[in-house]
Amino acid sequence: MIPQHRRAFGIGAREALGVPAAVLGAGFLGYGSLAADAGYSIWMTLAATFAIWALPGQLVLMEMQAGDAAVAATVLAVSLSAARFFPMTLTLMPVMRDGGSKRPIWQFLLAAQLVSMTTWAVAMRRFNDPDLKDLESRWHYFLGFSAVCIGSAALFAMIGQLLLVALPPLARYGLALLTPLYFFVTLVGEAQSRSAFTALVCGAATALALHTVAPGWSLLGAGFIGGTAAFLLQRKHARRV
Amino acid sequence: MRDASELWLLLLACGAATYLWRGLGVLLSGRINPQSAMFEWVSCVAYALVAGLIARIIVIPSGLLGQTALMDRLLACAVAFIAYRLARRNMFVGLISGVAFFIGAGYVRTVIV
Repeated sequence: MIPQHRRAFGIGAREALGVPAAVLGAGFLGYGSLAADAGYSIWMTLAATFAIWALPGQLVLMEMQAGDAAVAATVLAVSLSAARFFPMTLTLMPVMRDGGSKRPIWQFLLAAQLVSMTTWAVAMRRFNDPDLKDLESRWHYFLGFSAVCIGSAALFAMIGQLLLVALPPLARYGLALLTPLYFFVTLVGEAQSRSAFTALVCGAATALALHTVAPGWSLLGAGFIGGTAAFLLQRKHARRV
Repeated sequence: MRDASELWLLLLACGAATYLWRGLGVLLSGRINPQSAMFEWVSCVAYALVAGLIARIIVIPSGLLGQTALMDRLLACAVAFIAYRLARRNMFVGLISGVAFFIGAGYVRTVIV
């Protein structure tokens, strides 16, 4: 690595080390504790974190596994929960590749596994700055930033897993509620538009209603019914404007 | 419960199914419009699915959380969200307030009962 690239990697790593790593850490601390409660080994927790690298998908897998849902339904639901990655890599690749990157495409296909909501949002913002103008610096910055994010997630997931056993019962409950709270605050905080709010309410209501009839399919039902309702509302609204 | 090797296979399949979106984005970048209607629909589905997941974990949890009171879980969510907004969207303030409330409420229940 030439010094300029090592510097870009270092800048990425340092910038991840503050709030991004801490927020991810909180989410994965709770995930580790839920994983321990669900009977995961520490290896399974780490493997899920590295292989899926998307907290919602990891929770969908855990929740549906615990309910003994059909394999096809589980894989489909995990995949759909990660659909946001498609527009993310779609918009990230031009700013990392276009303009003559010499790197072969397989390297970008590998780097795509590192993309998460946090890494994507920061990369899209930071790549406009003058210190990350050339593509090689962007590449190394992205690797540095992602490495710290994944490292923090894995570390906190392990801590959560070990803590759950060590803590007294009341604190254990608090730890187990951490990740659901994290998502509750994020989802409700993000639901600014009427269509997002519709997706939220319809998704939640469908999941709960279907739970008694077909628990293994309730999350997919929530996605399709809540999502379609929100989509139609969004279309209707867009046409009127 | 399935046996361990089945769980690992399921985990790998879920990893691959998640990667699909990431890899497709790399391959189709520049050739497809990220604002198409099909895509809008898929992202609405993803959002509603995660909303359903969180509703399920909070209202009808399995395991440890199943031993706690529904009212405490719901109030903890409200406390976390209000604290988050009061602290100008600070996630840590929200989470710590929610968890602290939840533990406190659980403690009060053990004392009263």
